[in-house]
Amino acid sequence: MRTRDLVVVGGGPAGMAAALAARDAGVRDILLLERDQHLGGILNQCIHPGFGLHRFKAELTGPEYADRFAKMTAAAPEIEVSLRSFVVGLTPERRVSYLKPGALEEVRARAVIMATGCRERTREMIPIPGTRPAGVYPAGLAQKMVNMEGWIPGREAVVIGSGDIGLIMARRMALEGVKVRAVIEIQDKTRGLVRNVVQCLEDFGIPLYMRHKVAAIRGRDRVEAVDVVRVDDKFAAVPGSGFTISCDTVLVSVGLIPENELLEAAGAAIDPRTNGPVSAELNGTSIPGVFACGNSFKVYDLVDWVSRDSELAGRAAAAYLAGGAR
Amino acid sequence: MKVHDVAIIGAGITGAALARELSRYRLSLLLLEKEAEPAFGVSKSNSGIVHAGTQNPPGSLKARLCAEGNRLISGPLSEELGLDFIRCGQLIAAFGPGDLPRLENIKAEGEAMGVEGLEIVDRAWLDANEPNLSREATAALHCPTAGMISPYRFVHALVENAVGNGVVLRELSPVTAISRGADGVFSLTAGGGNYKARSVVNAAGLYADDIARMAGLPPYPIRPRKGEEYLLDRKREHIANRIIFPLPSGKSKGILVIKTSDGNPMIGPTAHDTADREDLSTTDEGLDEVLEGARRLMPSVNKSDIIAYFAGLRPAAGDDFIVRHEEAVPGFFSAAGIQSPGLTAAPAIALMLKGLLAERGLRLEPKEDFRPLRERTVHLFKVPLPRTRELIEEDPAYGDIVCRCELVSAREVRDAIKRGARTLDGIKFRTRAQAGRCHGGFCTTRLMKIMQEELGLSAAEITKRGPGSEIIKDERK
Repeated sequence: MRTRDLVVVGGGPAGMAAALAARDAGVRDILLLERDQHLGGILNQCIHPGFGLHRFKAELTGPEYADRFAKMTAAAPEIEVSLRSFVVGLTPERRVSYLKPGALEEVRARAVIMATGCRERTREMIPIPGTRPAGVYPAGLAQKMVNMEGWIPGREAVVIGSGDIGLIMARRMALEGVKVRAVIEIQDKTRGLVRNVVQCLEDFGIPLYMRHKVAAIRGRDRVEAVDVVRVDDKFAAVPGSGFTISCDTVLVSVGLIPENELLEAAGAAIDPRTNGPVSAELNGTSIPGVFACGNSFKVYDLVDWVSRDSELAGRAAAAYLAGGAR
Repeated sequence: MKVHDVAIIGAGITGAALARELSRYRLSLLLLEKEAEPAFGVSKSNSGIVHAGTQNPPGSLKARLCAEGNRLISGPLSEELGLDFIRCGQLIAAFGPGDLPRLENIKAEGEAMGVEGLEIVDRAWLDANEPNLSREATAALHCPTAGMISPYRFVHALVENAVGNGVVLRELSPVTAISRGADGVFSLTAGGGNYKARSVVNAAGLYADDIARMAGLPPYPIRPRKGEEYLLDRKREHIANRIIFPLPSGKSKGILVIKTSDGNPMIGPTAHDTADREDLSTTDEGLDEVLEGARRLMPSVNKSDIIAYFAGLRPAAGDDFIVRHEEAVPGFFSAAGIQSPGLTAAPAIALMLKGLLAERGLRLEPKEDFRPLRERTVHLFKVPLPRTRELIEEDPAYGDIVCRCELVSAREVRDAIKRGARTLDGIKFRTRAQAGRCHGGFCTTRLMKIMQEELGLSAAEITKRGPGSEIIKDERK
């Protein structure tokens, strides 16, 4: 089995920044594994502007931001990029197994950086009662459909949760001519950036219902309506406050969860509340020589901070290797 | 018009088992299904338990057919059809000495039905074998012959083998009219098609009433009974080593902790009568009831472990199955009220129906070219890594992972479509793609593209579970 100095799992903004920083700190043998057929991760579907204001002092779209890092990564001979490579196993001894079309590969790594991003919480995790028709999608899936495929999920939508993806998708759907009936938020303040509330909802006249929740999803084959109620301080339904909004689509944007199933299977301590690794310091894990960065360490608001903190992970891995790690 | 020997209405577990059994013989067979794919009705919401044969009323059809069905599934059917049956065993937990006489009673009734290996186990045994079981449980009845199976993959295996042996399957074909001619031949209208058959078997589940009425029979006393089930993350796979039951209540077998053959434990089901055959909604109350019941058995069950949930309707018709020839309409056979333990009993129900059909004159001449074997499906999540390596060498597409939560490759998805999947749910039930913790957030668009390639559909034509459940409304291109 081949031994590599550093294996980085995930070719989104976190993995690319970590690999480049490790290279800059002197690591000469880096393998970057990415499951998709191109680098960039979720940034590729984020075609709205607002990326890079801090990092590049420029207002970029997600793909533009990703492309800057992808170009630097491609230009680095020390970084071998393996696309369509899906990691299936990580051991505490830092053996990494991955599948790609035509091969199952195994490598031993002297250090590992996990940059596996996050996934969306789903309606099942809240959980929202009712039926299970077509038309209920995580907001990020809807974003992928619209921006990557040109597929418009519906004609009348309700967005559950006022996270940034939900707000941005409310606007994106409105721009495609979809009637966005409401954004429903159980808290008394939005979870997203203020600029997104203004630019995505207020500018488009989309009503935001704070301290409300969806009590049930209706419809047999396709969504037909949602039942909405006001909630009290304990998030319990206020009797008599219920009303129904007809719609054919429900987008769910109720938070993100770090993806750490590989770390967990390797025996790393995971905080069950956040699903992030338990660590006293930024980017650490409980396994020596294994680091985590970006949204798989903790969920960030801005990609600029993902890049900045992931570079620290790259340098930490380089320091670990320079310390004579086996 | 061709006259079929037997038309079976309903491609759930009952109809599928009968179709496959009859496909051994020189017969012309028609299998009509209302939904887009087999197993999309009652069968898809089944718990997947292969019951040992306990907890059924003595002397009932349920008691006899359940015990026999367990033997058929665990023996010849698993071998021939490559079923993923796992004999994990079952425990019925007792909470205090007052429960012991009831356990003894269930044991005696089971033994009278020929159920083997029944044994009352004590607290020390439970400590050693089910460490997560509640400390309040004092003893249990161990039923080692019980097991688990994927209910939909069981149906698919039967249908696939039946179709391979000549059965004509018509999906999206709800029967809307039945008449019986002077010559005794039935005419059926279904999904825009017309069919003729000498015998008709009603295996229409929740809708068996409607079919009986069309045939001129009084309706069966079917009363849908709703059950809500909640699936836990695969990370909790080893919370239980067996299927865990409480002592049964009046209406149902209670809230269980169910191992499933796919790994995700399931908790539930509730049991509430409803008048609405379409009511597949889950409720806050149902969730509370299931969590409370499951925690009574396994206190470490946590709400945050839940990754999916659904409701199913049991087609309950009184206390027992209805399996009979209807003398009032000669040639018309009923398999109604097939609720728990219907999945286990189905192969035995099929044999019983075959006997009834033969009594009424159906000629059972074995086919020389009957092929009992069906190629087992491959699931990477069940395969050890060295075997995965071999598979990838056979076909690189096994290394092309589509669903990351459940480890499903592009090859498995294409196979599922070749074996009959026509919808996203059909792919999910066959492969588990979209069944994991992200619920298709990452893989749905890729699955839709593979469906486009394999089935020649536009994206807007792709559905979740048939017409009306289209995934997207418009395409911009």
